[in-house]
Amino acid sequence: MIAIVDFRAGNLTSVKKAFDHLGAETVVTSDPTEAAKADKIVLPGVGHFGATKALDDSGLRDVILESIERGIPFLGICVGMQWMLASSEEAPEISGLALWPGECSRFPAAVKSPHVGWNSLQIRNGSRLLQGVPSGSFVYFTHSYRVPLLTATSAECEYGGGFSAAVEQENMFGVQFHPEKSGTVGLAILKNFCNL
Amino acid sequence: MLTKRIIACLDVDAGRVVKGTQFLDLRDAGDPAALAAAHSKAGADEVVLLDITATHEKRNTLLETVRRTARELFVPFTVGGGVRTLDDASAIFDAGADKISINSAAIADAALITCIAERFGSQAVIVAIDAKRNGADSKAGSEAGFQAFVSGGRVATGRDAIAWAKEAEDRGAGEILLTSMDRDGTGVGFDCDLTRVIAQAVRIPVIASGGAGGAEHFVQVFREGAADAALAASIFHFGLSSISELKKHLQVAGIPVRLPC
Repeated sequence: MIAIVDFRAGNLTSVKKAFDHLGAETVVTSDPTEAAKADKIVLPGVGHFGATKALDDSGLRDVILESIERGIPFLGICVGMQWMLASSEEAPEISGLALWPGECSRFPAAVKSPHVGWNSLQIRNGSRLLQGVPSGSFVYFTHSYRVPLLTATSAECEYGGGFSAAVEQENMFGVQFHPEKSGTVGLAILKNFCNL
Repeated sequence: MLTKRIIACLDVDAGRVVKGTQFLDLRDAGDPAALAAAHSKAGADEVVLLDITATHEKRNTLLETVRRTARELFVPFTVGGGVRTLDDASAIFDAGADKISINSAAIADAALITCIAERFGSQAVIVAIDAKRNGADSKAGSEAGFQAFVSGGRVATGRDAIAWAKEAEDRGAGEILLTSMDRDGTGVGFDCDLTRVIAQAVRIPVIASGGAGGAEHFVQVFREGAADAALAASIFHFGLSSISELKKHLQVAGIPVRLPC
């Protein structure tokens, strides 16, 4: 069972629908007890980094950290991935999971923000989540803040400089783009997650 | 590289697509779900469903249509037409839309933009602006400015389209869907002047709409109009067999597009 964590930030219908299409069993939940029982956890997120405060208040943060420690595969999508870092300029008072050091920053003024649309991935070798996805594949982004390039970066994207489109280390995965909205490429990535 | 988006628009009345239905290989070319899937397969970067009647009694039909269309569609999906309140928007998101497009209701009460953006995020809110050149001089290069219209272009608002686009951005809109009323339905090309002034006035993406009559018009609106995306309601009227063919044309012209789709 895959738990899709609902922290009242945006709309989870699309993520749930994509997993349904792949035949995966999912539950959309904001209940920490239910999330703790899942084999895999997905944290979608759109909107403001500050909304992740709800994860602290509800106890979901602790459940997610404990699950990751137990080896449960965890996938953060969009703001869900940004939250895996220490912090974000968008809401400096909120602490992320700090799975990796670094801060999410706003795009430079030289480019339009948000970064909306289909952009290509430069995939680094050895990613389990992106297995079988050719480098150069297009995926759909919509975000105003970005994760810097890290040693855990598994795919890079270029927009006002390079940033992390995907991160991966052991059972921790993050994607800045929306796999549920990225056509066949996105579905292949979600299928890889289901098969972990 | 961030690509220019080609967005397929389905005009829907009481659950049926009412124009741009020339998919020869579809058994039911009026079915929005079948058409949306076909457009996506042909390379549409997004799909917009515009409810052109949006009368109260047809609302439930719309939601059912949205639900069916969204079910097997895995590219961004926008629904517009008749969204008046946060509840209207919520119902459409629940049915599976990723973004809503608002026009008249946003002009009537601009706080609605903020209200929906705070709940669902700015990326989910498109403000649609129907703009028309002021005065009798509707030729390209006119300095008279542009005015926003509502109610399907029937009612002038007295609002300057550029100022309104900026306000919409400030209030939390994630994108602007800009339709030239002077060009809509003419097939003589997008209004690149209008598109450029709006695209330069805001930092959010601008989707150009109205006037496309051939693949070259898309090249122009991306190059001269600085559009981030272009909406095509009836691509098959342009003598092209698919969006894929349009994108190949754009690629040859040096416009970055998503290929293969």
